[in-house]
Amino acid sequence: MKSGPGHLVLCVALLGVALAGCATKSYDYTNYRAHPPRSILVLPPLNESTDVKGTYGYLSTVTMPLAELGYYVYPVAVVDHFFKENGMPTAGEMHQAPLNKIREIIGADAVLYIVLKQYGTKYQLINSATIVTAEAKLVDARTGVLLWAGQLSAQENSGGSGNPLADVIAAMLQQAINQSTDHAHELARTANVQFAIKDHGLLYGPYHPKYGEDSKP
Amino acid sequence: MIRAALVAAVALLTGCTSPTIYSWGHYEDLLYVMYAAPGKAPPELQIERMEEDYQKARSLNKPVPPGFHAHLGYLYYQIGKADQARQEFATEKAQFPESTVFMDRLLDNLARR
Repeated sequence: MKSGPGHLVLCVALLGVALAGCATKSYDYTNYRAHPPRSILVLPPLNESTDVKGTYGYLSTVTMPLAELGYYVYPVAVVDHFFKENGMPTAGEMHQAPLNKIREIIGADAVLYIVLKQYGTKYQLINSATIVTAEAKLVDARTGVLLWAGQLSAQENSGGSGNPLADVIAAMLQQAINQSTDHAHELARTANVQFAIKDHGLLYGPYHPKYGEDSKP
Repeated sequence: MIRAALVAAVALLTGCTSPTIYSWGHYEDLLYVMYAAPGKAPPELQIERMEEDYQKARSLNKPVPPGFHAHLGYLYYQIGKADQARQEFATEKAQFPESTVFMDRLLDNLARR
């Protein structure tokens, strides 16, 4: 049985997205540069996908990319707990919290709102596709001005090798692997690379060694 | 094989961006598990892991990431260790002054209990 999972074709669509992104013109950072945040409050993502694990599966991947870009990122689970204790048990309610209250109570410079459009793995007979698509908005907490908006997405496909029996077995193996590891959660990290794409992602924050280098157009 | 290829692709992409500012330890992994399978990440276990991570970060001479000490404080609070909780919130504030408003609020809440 030489046609095992190793023969599955792996395709990380993000590579294409990331490379294509470089060719298009830069994001308009006028508002961002006028209100440069030091700190970002990440709210639990609003989940419009069909997978109930989406909100927290995604939330647990967002601190690292933002902090490594140089921002102070509020402790996501403590914030989640704090909102829940204060009468906002769901992401939907948290996303409705008034900015002036967030500013007053938590002190955040900016709030990151994420809406999950797709999160999960779809299985067909011999193929599977894991897709993560999220829309993100960074809003200035003092003024409500939109600082940045972007789409974060990644897809991983596995397809057939042409040998039907081997493909079915490979697909079953793949499904077993994916179900035991929540593949979408891992793919979310790949999608988050898009926070850091030059001229399209976020600017560097104060804890990054290159802070300020991208502060002028 | 599949996973290796994915990991390589991710490493390739993230490799282009920046060096790691922080020593992350298990912070985000624990966040994931505490929501996905709460029984597998009780506060005591998270505290043990994070204290180890903290020692490791110190030995590497690297800072722990934003939120690390605040999260650890929250875990101590959950198991009724208010003094340690207070200390961790204060450490978060000292490391990251951006957290002052929120940490002071948590410290106030602790004081009132």
